[in-house]
Amino acid sequence: MMSKLVSSSTVVKVGIADLNVTKAPNKIRTSGLGSCVGAVIYDERKQVAGLAHVLLPDSKLARQDNFNRYKYADTAIPILVDQLVDLGARRNLLKAKVAGGAQMFQFSSGTDLMRIGPRNVEAVLKKLKQLSIPVLASDVGGHAGRTIEFDIQTSQLKIRTVNKGEAFI
Amino acid sequence: MDLTKLTQMQKDVLREIGNIGAGNAATSMSKLVNRKIEMDVPAVNIVSYDEMMELIGGPEAVVVALLFRIKGDAPGTVYFILSLEEADALIKEITNNAALSVHGDDELAASVLQEAGNIVTGAYLSALADFTNITMQPSVPYLSIDMAGAILTVGLLEISQVADYALIIDAKMNTAYQANQIKGNFLFIPDPDSFSKLFAALGVTYDV
Repeated sequence: MMSKLVSSSTVVKVGIADLNVTKAPNKIRTSGLGSCVGAVIYDERKQVAGLAHVLLPDSKLARQDNFNRYKYADTAIPILVDQLVDLGARRNLLKAKVAGGAQMFQFSSGTDLMRIGPRNVEAVLKKLKQLSIPVLASDVGGHAGRTIEFDIQTSQLKIRTVNKGEAFI
Repeated sequence: MDLTKLTQMQKDVLREIGNIGAGNAATSMSKLVNRKIEMDVPAVNIVSYDEMMELIGGPEAVVVALLFRIKGDAPGTVYFILSLEEADALIKEITNNAALSVHGDDELAASVLQEAGNIVTGAYLSALADFTNITMQPSVPYLSIDMAGAILTVGLLEISQVADYALIIDAKMNTAYQANQIKGNFLFIPDPDSFSKLFAALGVTYDV
């Protein structure tokens, strides 16, 4: 039988254009980030953290009425912060770690959308700066997909890629 | 745009588009590997982003993907997706060289795949273009071997600005009765503005 300690810790999953928040000892994870950016925001002392899996940089790109606010960097990050505060995090002591924003295909030419990875990274960093949330570590750009998992107890972000295995930031 | 409101008739039309393209693609693939290639009747899937990843084994599944941007009257993205094993089997079949593999960073293996993708996707699109009278030109093939989630979101970028769902015309082909299975997955993701053109070309009203 599994011990109670093990079974009480779960990994909270975040989908694409999605976000979620949780408390230690849980971990929070999102899979297969390509040009998308995973933004982890946390309060180390209060042991709460949240993760947003951002697909696009700016909600001004939206051409639909009731769009999903978790999809865009500029709308998802403030919602994530509010949810963290609701869970007990202190707004002025939040920190962030950021990963993703790769360019998966080496397009020779193309529209702005083709370099969406770097634009997503810029948008996330800009929003975090506006909200005065320091970014303590980041692993962005490149050409590889990433799966990331944040351990709230240690504030370590595990990053897995297909070719390079696991790393922590 | 609300893709979930497409009628059965509209879905049937899209399925038929997939059918015609995939039939031609299977024929050209069959010539390429000198084997009988069968294809399943294509499925028209209207899926959330997360469901789309599940279609090919989940966001972390490692896949070999050739991406083509479609230019012309009905732009979109076409993926030709293979597993690592399937890609290796295809390379060996074409080259008769068992040492070639996508696992190593082999340029020859990559170019064999790109050329095969070119031929098969070209056949897929030209059948489509003939049937609909819509010009569709593929870009050069872009190859990536990585996590499905990372690869497939590239094809979602256009549609994701107008909808939270993607419409995918999914056709699978496979060699029957052989130990060394070569399968392939064609995913055609039309850009949002292409739907009206595809429907109009086939005489179906479109007011979604």
